[in-house]
Amino acid sequence: MSVVTIQLGQCGNQVGQELFDIICNDAEQSQRKTYSTSCSARFFRPTSKGDLVARAVLVDMEPKVINQSMNKAVKSGRWRYGEDSHFSQKQGSGNNWANGYCVLGPRHKDAVEELVRQEVERCDALAGFIPVMSVAGGTGSGVGTYVTQCLRDIYPTSFILNHLTWPYGTGEVIVQNYNSVLTLAHLYQLSDAMLVHENDTVHKICSQLLNIKQISFSDINMVIAHQLGGVLQPALTPDSYGVYSRNPLGELVSALACHPEYKLLSVSTVPQMPSSSIAFSTFSWPALLKHLRQMLISNTRMEVGIDWQVRPPPISERTRSLTQGGFNTSLANLLILRGKDVYSAETGGFEDPAIYTPWLRSEEAFSLWKSPVSFDKYEKFATLVSNSQALLRPLDDMVRKAWNMFASRAYIHQYIKYNISEEDFLDSFTSLEQVISSYGQLQC
Amino acid sequence: TVCGTGSGLGTRVLSLLEEEFPDVCRIVTAVYPSAEDDVITSPYNTVLAMQELTEHADCVLPVENQSLLDILNKIDAMSYGTKLGPGVKRNNCVTSGGSRLSGAQKPFDAMNNIVANLLLNITSSTRFEGSLNMDLNEIAMNLVPFPRLHYLVPSLTPLYSLADVSIPTKRLDQMFSDAFSKDHQLIRANLKHSLFLASALMVRGDVHMSDLRRNIERLRSSLPFVSWNQEGWKTGLCSVPPVGHSHSMLALSNNTCVKATFMELRDSFTKLYKKKAHLHHYLHVDGMEQSIFSEALSSLTGLIEDYHHLDVSKSRLQRDTPRLRIATGSSS
Repeated sequence: MSVVTIQLGQCGNQVGQELFDIICNDAEQSQRKTYSTSCSARFFRPTSKGDLVARAVLVDMEPKVINQSMNKAVKSGRWRYGEDSHFSQKQGSGNNWANGYCVLGPRHKDAVEELVRQEVERCDALAGFIPVMSVAGGTGSGVGTYVTQCLRDIYPTSFILNHLTWPYGTGEVIVQNYNSVLTLAHLYQLSDAMLVHENDTVHKICSQLLNIKQISFSDINMVIAHQLGGVLQPALTPDSYGVYSRNPLGELVSALACHPEYKLLSVSTVPQMPSSSIAFSTFSWPALLKHLRQMLISNTRMEVGIDWQVRPPPISERTRSLTQGGFNTSLANLLILRGKDVYSAETGGFEDPAIYTPWLRSEEAFSLWKSPVSFDKYEKFATLVSNSQALLRPLDDMVRKAWNMFASRAYIHQYIKYNISEEDFLDSFTSLEQVISSYGQLQC
Repeated sequence: TVCGTGSGLGTRVLSLLEEEFPDVCRIVTAVYPSAEDDVITSPYNTVLAMQELTEHADCVLPVENQSLLDILNKIDAMSYGTKLGPGVKRNNCVTSGGSRLSGAQKPFDAMNNIVANLLLNITSSTRFEGSLNMDLNEIAMNLVPFPRLHYLVPSLTPLYSLADVSIPTKRLDQMFSDAFSKDHQLIRANLKHSLFLASALMVRGDVHMSDLRRNIERLRSSLPFVSWNQEGWKTGLCSVPPVGHSHSMLALSNNTCVKATFMELRDSFTKLYKKKAHLHHYLHVDGMEQSIFSEALSSLTGLIEDYHHLDVSKSRLQRDTPRLRIATGSSS
């Protein structure tokens, strides 16, 4: 089954291009034919000339980034985008969610829907959609939300997994918190689940784990794409009976997003190191999984600075505080192991009821996928996709800052100009406070 | 500008553009009069124009001739001064291309070049690629929290490139510090002593996101921002630097320091208006009435009050606004 990716805005188009590059590389490098075939079919379509074309639709309100991404793909020599699979305008969305959602989205609805329809028709079977976007700007966030709505309307039974990039806490776009609040509140009603990367977290991975001195967006995007590759590349699931899953998005969503109030997913991967160090390192599953489990419960999204003091509180002592002793409670976890000796890896630590919310049995909360094929250059590689309190603090910060700004009504006239009212803002704030409250009480 | 055509016809064109193309962003570079200006009625022209700019422009980038002259003098001092050390590369000045007029005449070509460079920097993201594009309409969106408060202080660095090559990182960090120094601003106003509502940094050249973030962190403590916009930075990264430089930066700041500029303007206006000096020249024109003068004055006064109101909030310690409470299913 095939996944159609929709790249929206500058971030979406930059991240998407890196993602396809990593997927294509991984497929080619692997020695296993079934793996490469499964991977190619999922994300690419073959052409009469035998080259690989990404199953992607590129959307932006200005042309430069799409052109860049398409050229980079061609330069790789291994894959490319469809020549007509893109849609762009000239003026941009001006970082204005209202402009993206109320004006530009509807204005260009037909053109974008047509591109998606063409891509869907080229799939033998549709596994679902992955819109890739940021929440801070105007196109990814505003047009991206509108396009997601259209997808939901036209393909009501298809899985939609949005990949969202959350901006740095300080200084990318001044109105980023408004745009983020509006996006998240709306997507909560439309998406099956949202897979989130935060620039701040990825930045730390680049500086502290990968030792990159001058970090650029290109570095950030590559880490994001790499982690996404760990999630999306073919794997054997409990439901797939010995072949690579044909329903990756469906299985991911049912493993992790069983309750409509909890849709925020975060990703952690181990190991993570500069590529030059990989050849000199040895990995064992017990060590990797021990680190990953502690990363999960102490909410450190990377393999350095892990707080080993954090332990699950005894059930009798669970309280309602926002983060109890730094302990991160999970609703559900999906562990994906790739590489050597995956069948002998011991994952009991992730089945411990103490790390989960009490109202879901740990057998239902934990899912395990495996692939004997190594990912990238890593002999052993583990990806953890979590539905937990990991994003609670960043979400709360985002809402708090947006609310403070809203209290003074700063910038609101810019949204009202394009038909988003104060009531719309209030509705979005209310929805997200509900989400924050739900996640905050996960340990009860 | 302060003359009749620029201020009068210019602002009429502005309101026509708004009528014809309401959805297109209008960013106006406006040259404000300096103390010893040639046109006696410049305060009238300026205040009348300002009402139009306040009502019909999305953003205004005020530029003062005196600041442009100061920049020119600084460049001269660097090139011809007795300081031992690196000379200034003449063709890499922000004034390059312009000829210097001698004597009492102002070097308008060189001064205009500075403003031209400002426009080049604002449009760089539209013309070249970069890892974080910043288009014109994004400038208006992020820097204008309240519709009338859209006067943005521009500052440019570097003003010139030096003949030697100093340590790249130091030069880069220096660029950020310079952007908030008075010598680089295109109007004379004290950014650091007033309140920032928002600031945009358009960086060009070989600069990474991490350099940008490091410098914002470094500068934040010395630049007071309004309580509801503590992280009020809008950033853009364009890969292509201006000719002859490895990197450059344009800062646009929405800052209450413009209040001082407007108060001076109001004073010079009132000096003339109280005596009704030269008023008849204006009132002779068909369609011009005295009420237009008083409306323009009141618009300017209102603007000054708006900035003042925000200034006053600077010293007040703002707490987080209480959040919405959600009723939860279980009882507490």
